[in-house]
Amino acid sequence: MPKTYENPVFAYRRSPDQDGPEARHPVVIVGAGLVGLAAAVDLAERGVRTVVLDDDETVSFGSRAICFSKRTLEICDRLGVGRQMLDKGITWNLGRVFFGEREVYSFDLLPESGHQFPAFVNLQQYYAEEWLVARAAATGLVDLRWRNRVTGVQARDDGVTLQIETPDGPYPLACDWLLAADGAKSFVRRELGLEFKGQVFKDRFLIADVVMQADFPTERWFWFDPPFHKGQSALLHKQPDDVWRIDLQLGWDADPEAEKRPEKVIPRLKAMLGEDARFDLEWISVYTFQCRRIDRFRHGRVFFVGDAAHQVSPFGARGGNGGIQDTDNLCWKLAYVLQGKAQESLLDSYDAERIPATDENILNSTRSTDFITPKNPASRAFRDAVLELSAEQPFARAWVNSGRLSKPAVLSDSPLSSGAGLGWTAPDAPVLRDGRADWLLPHLHEDFTLLIYADDETAVPEESVLETGDVPIRVLTVMLPQAARRAGALVDAEGLVAERLGLAPGQWLLFRPDQHACARGEMLDMAGVRAARDRALGRVERAAAAQRMVV
Amino acid sequence: MGRLNTLGRIAAPDELYEALLEAHRDLDEAESRKLDAKLILLLANHIGDAAIVREALDIARAGATTQTSPGSGTA
Ligand SMILES: Cc1cc2nc3c(=O)[nH]c(=O)nc-3n(C[C@H](O)[C@H](O)[C@H](O)COP(=O)(O)OP(=O)(O)OC[C@H]3O[C@@H](n4cnc5c(N)ncnc54)[C@H](O)[C@@H]3O)c2cc1C
Repeated sequence: MPKTYENPVFAYRRSPDQDGPEARHPVVIVGAGLVGLAAAVDLAERGVRTVVLDDDETVSFGSRAICFSKRTLEICDRLGVGRQMLDKGITWNLGRVFFGEREVYSFDLLPESGHQFPAFVNLQQYYAEEWLVARAAATGLVDLRWRNRVTGVQARDDGVTLQIETPDGPYPLACDWLLAADGAKSFVRRELGLEFKGQVFKDRFLIADVVMQADFPTERWFWFDPPFHKGQSALLHKQPDDVWRIDLQLGWDADPEAEKRPEKVIPRLKAMLGEDARFDLEWISVYTFQCRRIDRFRHGRVFFVGDAAHQVSPFGARGGNGGIQDTDNLCWKLAYVLQGKAQESLLDSYDAERIPATDENILNSTRSTDFITPKNPASRAFRDAVLELSAEQPFARAWVNSGRLSKPAVLSDSPLSSGAGLGWTAPDAPVLRDGRADWLLPHLHEDFTLLIYADDETAVPEESVLETGDVPIRVLTVMLPQAARRAGALVDAEGLVAERLGLAPGQWLLFRPDQHACARGEMLDMAGVRAARDRALGRVERAAAAQRMVV
Repeated sequence: MGRLNTLGRIAAPDELYEALLEAHRDLDEAESRKLDAKLILLLANHIGDAAIVREALDIARAGATTQTSPGSGTA
């Protein structure tokens, strides 16, 4: 049915591993979906080779993720595809909520300027995946094996062995570390006997992608009880290629097969878009949504990422965006462990950090879905009360919940932070570099970054990279606009670095490779910075010793 | 220690009670529930302090007999 996109077909290729004795690789990733691909590129960017196995021979098919958050774009920028996503994607910041015929609420997700990326772009998931496949190939470090279906998993203390089915028959493959990125129906998860616990929402949604030329603004429009779809909800979103995403709530009793037929779908869409609207159906599916996760995401040598670890309803766009944050969190840690620069125990922090973040996603998605699909007379009464009040009573508008959209996780209780009030991702800000306009975030990508906010008085280390024999700490000096120029420094021309990061001259912040802040200080003391880095690497002993030396 | 004021504060409770019942006259079950819900939302917003509303919720819930609700399943 899709007319605007033709799925590429990636050829199956026989691997030498299929001929020799059982081969062993440091890292194998099961699943070349959005999250598995992001993991492969991330690890490659950090110099780690991976083998990626996927049972299919193409990228994702039909209507899936469309809303990619600012944080995802920032991470994808580091992975080399963020610009493409921004250029092709439909930028939006504003959401509007209607009840019946009237608008009751709107929200601006990025009310300030001075960020390289918008709050969201809408882009079909297959584009993001296609570009990640190309990126993965370009790194030369990703061995992507299509039509390789994992059919067996033996996890041991020192590694994992897989059985793989291919068009040429089966072969075994061993690895030191396994990333299970095989989606919501994860085979690896089932093989390990892990329970996927949570809630299924008793409702059905028609997801229709239609091709149409229309001039609705590029905003997220959500209706409760609209005149064209009485008693249910509806969502309208613009995608590239003149494709529009329409979600229509159908109720639990709807027959999913019947609802997918064009003779059912077209009248529903005409009621919404107008009798004369001209559109072509691109893709139709009917979904039931759930919010659930496994207890722990690390099981010895196996890590679960993305939908294999957790699943949320799409209200809030926290599925794919949450999954990308999983890999952003895990990959630098795994790379340091593989390079012998961090202890294996660092990998436990993946659970410590991503489980609370996942719970936040599940909580928000559950609350939105509960609001949209009331499950008993009491929840319906409160929902309708909020909606009816919202028309006349401004206070009630903030209670209208049509989805609280994905935000970057704040790792507030992270064991890797030195001090409270940390764990947030660096906000972006415009800067000048050698007199030219630039952004702050791309300067926080590699290893650890010590950001020093400086005026003329501030003493700054002479080297641009410290600790080269260990895990490097890169020095990034950001100068007050009026300060004298220093080589390599960024200039905070608009004062937004100081404002958004809460920095005054002389103060510093330490960022981890995933751009989360892990320490800050008033005056630069290198022992303190080193201790904070060691702590963020899970080197608790060394960090404590360094801390004692400072005292 | 609670901050919810549970001392008697309404001068003529019978009148207000009557008004509450009166408001529900001729309403079906769903409309009635919705009316109560609106009232709660308006008053909660007026109080402006979620902790106080939660205290009231605890008291209100304390005497209730419960049964397992059909609601949404788990899986
Ligand atoms: C209607 C809808 C709308 C959504 N909207 C959004 C949105 O706007 N924003 C957002 O962020 N998220 C959204 N999501 C969620 C998003 O699509 C998922 O979170 C995302 O696809 C998860 O990526 P993943 O890589 O973990 O899993 P998947 O994309 O499912 O990839 C899993 C991969 O593993 C492969 N695989 C499976 N089993 C095996 C095996 N045994 N051997 C080898 N390979 C295997 C599969 O072929 C597949 O390629 C939406 C989802 C739906 C359904």
